Amino acid sequence: MIASLNRRQLLKLGAAVGGAALVSRFSFAAPASGDARLVFVILRGALDGLSAVPPYADPHYANLREALAIGAPGSGGVLALDGQFGLHPSLSFLHEAYGARELLVLHAVATPYRERSHFDGQDVLESGHSLPHASDSGWLNRALNGLPTRAKESGVALGQNVPLVLRGPASIASWSPAVLPQLDEDTLQRITDRYATDPVLGARLAEALATDQIAAESQAVPMQTVASAMAPPQRPSRYLETVRTAANFLKRDDGPSVAVFDTLGWDTHFNEGGAQGQLAQRLGVLDQALRAFKDALGDTWSHTAVLLATEFGRTAAANGTRGTDHGTASAAFLLGGAVAGGRVLADWPGLGPKDLYQGRDLKATLDLRSVQKSVLRDHLKVAPQRLDEQVFPGSGAAPYLDGLLRA
Amino acid sequence: MSAQSATIAVNRFGLGAQPGELAAAGADARGWLRGQLHAAPLLDAALPNSGSILASADGMRRELRALRQSAAAAANPNTADASANLNANAAPFMRLRQYLRSQYVADALARLQSAAQTPRPFAERLVHFWSNHFAVSVDKLAVLGVAGSFEREAIRPHVLSNFRDLLLAVEQHPAMLLYLDNQQSVGPHSKQAERAATRGRTLGLNENLARETLELHTLGVDAGYTQGDVTNFAKVLTGWSIGLRGPLQPGTPGEFIFRPQLHEPGAQSVFGRRYADDGLAQGVAVLSDLATAPATAQHLATKLVRHFIADDPPAAAAAVTRVARAFERSRGDLPSVYQALIDCPEAWDDTPQKFKTPQDYLFSIYRGLKLPVEGEGALAPFEQLGQRQFAPGSPAGWPDRSADWDGASALMKRIEFSHAVAQRSGDALNAAELAPQLLGASLTEATRSAIERAASAAQGLTLLLVAPEFIRR
Repeated sequence: MIASLNRRQLLKLGAAVGGAALVSRFSFAAPASGDARLVFVILRGALDGLSAVPPYADPHYANLREALAIGAPGSGGVLALDGQFGLHPSLSFLHEAYGARELLVLHAVATPYRERSHFDGQDVLESGHSLPHASDSGWLNRALNGLPTRAKESGVALGQNVPLVLRGPASIASWSPAVLPQLDEDTLQRITDRYATDPVLGARLAEALATDQIAAESQAVPMQTVASAMAPPQRPSRYLETVRTAANFLKRDDGPSVAVFDTLGWDTHFNEGGAQGQLAQRLGVLDQALRAFKDALGDTWSHTAVLLATEFGRTAAANGTRGTDHGTASAAFLLGGAVAGGRVLADWPGLGPKDLYQGRDLKATLDLRSVQKSVLRDHLKVAPQRLDEQVFPGSGAAPYLDGLLRA
Repeated sequence: MSAQSATIAVNRFGLGAQPGELAAAGADARGWLRGQLHAAPLLDAALPNSGSILASADGMRRELRALRQSAAAAANPNTADASANLNANAAPFMRLRQYLRSQYVADALARLQSAAQTPRPFAERLVHFWSNHFAVSVDKLAVLGVAGSFEREAIRPHVLSNFRDLLLAVEQHPAMLLYLDNQQSVGPHSKQAERAATRGRTLGLNENLARETLELHTLGVDAGYTQGDVTNFAKVLTGWSIGLRGPLQPGTPGEFIFRPQLHEPGAQSVFGRRYADDGLAQGVAVLSDLATAPATAQHLATKLVRHFIADDPPAAAAAVTRVARAFERSRGDLPSVYQALIDCPEAWDDTPQKFKTPQDYLFSIYRGLKLPVEGEGALAPFEQLGQRQFAPGSPAGWPDRSADWDGASALMKRIEFSHAVAQRSGDALNAAELAPQLLGASLTEATRSAIERAASAAQGLTLLLVAPEFIRR
C-alpha cells in the first residue's frame, strides 16, 4: 500500500504514517508585510547589449557593427522604443510589455567589474561585491536574510544547485523537474533518519521534500519529463516547464518571494547574426519563456519584478569572425507588473571612437548596483543602510534611482 | 592505519572502490597510487580520430550547403517558400547531427567503461581533471563529434608528461580551436585580410582562445596580464587552424594546420616578453613560456589541491605551496607534481573533505556494484544528475567546490537514482557485505546498522549508496 504512494500523497499523510520528519519545512511563518515577488535572471556569457537593444540612431552604430547591425524600425528592423533605441526583433513579448509600461530598459549599464573574464564577472554580478571572489554569499541571499518571509525558504533556485547569488545565511530551496521514479515512504524515512546527524545532508533532504511537495500541490510536475537541471535557451520546451513551475512557487501565499533562473549561451564570439541568426534565436527563446512566465503567474504578475542582467557587454565593433569579443557595458531589463516601465533609462555615452571605453567597448554610465539596490529598497523593502553595508558593500557611491517601480 | 590510507587512496585519489580494490591498495597506499603512473592511461577502444570525424562531418556540411543553394535557386523568389526550403535542409542536417552524436555517444560510453573498470583509477582521475581544466563543451555543435577524441588525443597521451607538451597538444587540437573560435581568426595585416580588403570585406581577430588560454589554461585570472596582452597573444595565434578538404587546401582535412596567410606579421609582446615573428614557432614560444611561469604553477597547484584534497585554502594552503614548488622545481614535470600531491599530509586527513561531483558519484556506483555499461541509456543518469558528459557549458569547465553540487534538488536526484539502481538489483547484492569493501575504514556505525536493519536487500543497497561517507570523499 505505502509503496504505491507517490511522494506528494505520502507527504499529505505526513505524521499519520509516522513520517513526521517529512512534513513540509515551508513552515507557514507569519505572512510578510508585502507580497512583492522578485525574479533575477542571470544571462551568463556576456549578452551583447548593442544587439539586444540596438542604438540604431547612433551615427556610429551601423559602421561598427557591420553585418551584425539591425536597422531602424520597419521590416527586419528593431522594434521601436523611443526613437533612439529599439528592441531586437526577436523580443516581441518584451516589446508588448514596453507598450504596456511594464518594461524598463536599462542601457550602458555594468557592474563595478572592469576586466573581461566571464567567471570573475559573474562572480561580481552574483556576490554584490566590487571585486571578484570577495565572498561565498550572494547579494540576493543577504538581502533576504532577516526579512519577514512567508516561507522558511525565502528564495528558490530553478536548478539542481544553488548559484552564488542565492548562497548565504538565508535558507534557499532548489528545484528541478523530476526525472526518476520517486521513493517509497519507508526508505525515505530511513534516509531521513540516517541524515539526522549530518547537518548539510539533513537540511538539504528536508528542503527537497518540502519543495517537491509545493511543486506537486501546484500540479506543476508532469511525471514523464526528462529535463536536466536548467536547459540552455536553445531548448525551449524544457525551459518553459521550468518557468511555469517557478510561477507556481511564486504564486503561493506560503511560497518563496524570490526566484533565480540561470541561462547560458550568450557568448557570441563567432557568427553572432543580426536580425536573424544565433543570438536572434536565443533571444526569441528567452522572450517566449518570459511570456509563458507572465501567463503562468496570473494575478501575481501585478506585484512581480523581474531583473535580467549579464556579467558584462561585448565589443562595440564586430570582431574578425562576425561575432563580438568581451566588452564592458551592456543592457539590462526590469520587467513586470510592479515596474514603472515604458521607458529607456540610459545616459548614452555614444559610440564614437573617443566615447568608447578603452577605445573598444560601450562605456558604463549606469552602475547596475543602483538598479539592484533601488529594486530591493522599493520592492522588497530592504533598509538602505543594510543595502549599502551588507548587501552591496562599498556601493555608497552608486546612487538610488527613484521611481523604478510603480508606487 | 593502513586501512585508513587505503580508503583515502581509493576514494579521494581514485574513483571509489571496486570490491577487492581496498585490499589491493592496503599494504602501501601511496605506492599503489605511484604505481599507476608508469604509462599514459590510453583508452582501450577502437574509435576514429578527430581528423577522420571532422573530415566526414565536413563532407556532410558541403552536401548540406549544396542542397541549400539549389533549394534557394529553385525557390520562387516572390513567394520565398521558407517551409519547402526547411524541408530540403532538414534531412541532411539531421544526418550530420546524428553522425556527430553517434561519435559523442561512442566516446562517452568508452569513457564510462574505462572509469568503471580501470585498475588505475588515479590515472583516470588525472585524465578527468585535465579534460575539465582544458574544457570543451558539446553544447557547441562544432565540437559534438570531437570532444571525446580530444580527450583521447590531446589529454590522455600527455597527462604523465610535461605540462608544456600537454598545453601544446591541447591548443593545437582541432576541438579546442573550434570551441574557442580560433580557426577563423585572421591577423588584421595578414595577406588574407589585405586580399579581403580589396574586395571590401573586413577580416580580423577573434580573441577567445588567447584570453581563455591566459585566464583558464595557464596564468590564471589574477596574474596581471592586460587587454593588450590578450590582443597581442590573439595576433600570435592567428593562423592556428584546421585543414579543409579541397584541391587548393594545404594540410590534412580535420587536422591542425598553421596557415601563414592568416598570420599577423611582426613581433608581439605578451606578458612582458617580446616574441619575434617566427610563424608557428611564435605561438609555440609564447605557450612554452606560459607553461613554466610561476603564476601558472600557482594556478594549477590551486586547482589540483582543490580537486583532490579540499575545496579552499587556508585548509589547503600548505598543500598548494608544496605542489606549486614541485611544479616550478621540475619545470612542469607532471609526475613530480602528482608525487607532491600524494606527499601532502593534508591529503591523508581521514575526515571527508569533498562532495563527489555527480559524475564521480556515478562512476563510484558503477565500480562498487560492478554495473555493466549497457548501451546509450547508460549516459542518461549523467544528464539527470546534472553533469552530462563532455558538456560543462563553459570553457571554465565544471565547478569544483561542494557548494556547486550540494543543492537540495541535486541530492534528491542522487537518492532517486540510487533507489532505482537498487530496485533493479533486487536481492542480487548484499549491501551488508559490500559496505566494508567499498567504504573500508570510513564506514560508520550509523550506516552499518541502517543497512543491517533494512527491510529488503534493495533498501539496504539504497542506504549504502546514499550514505554520507559514500556521497563524500
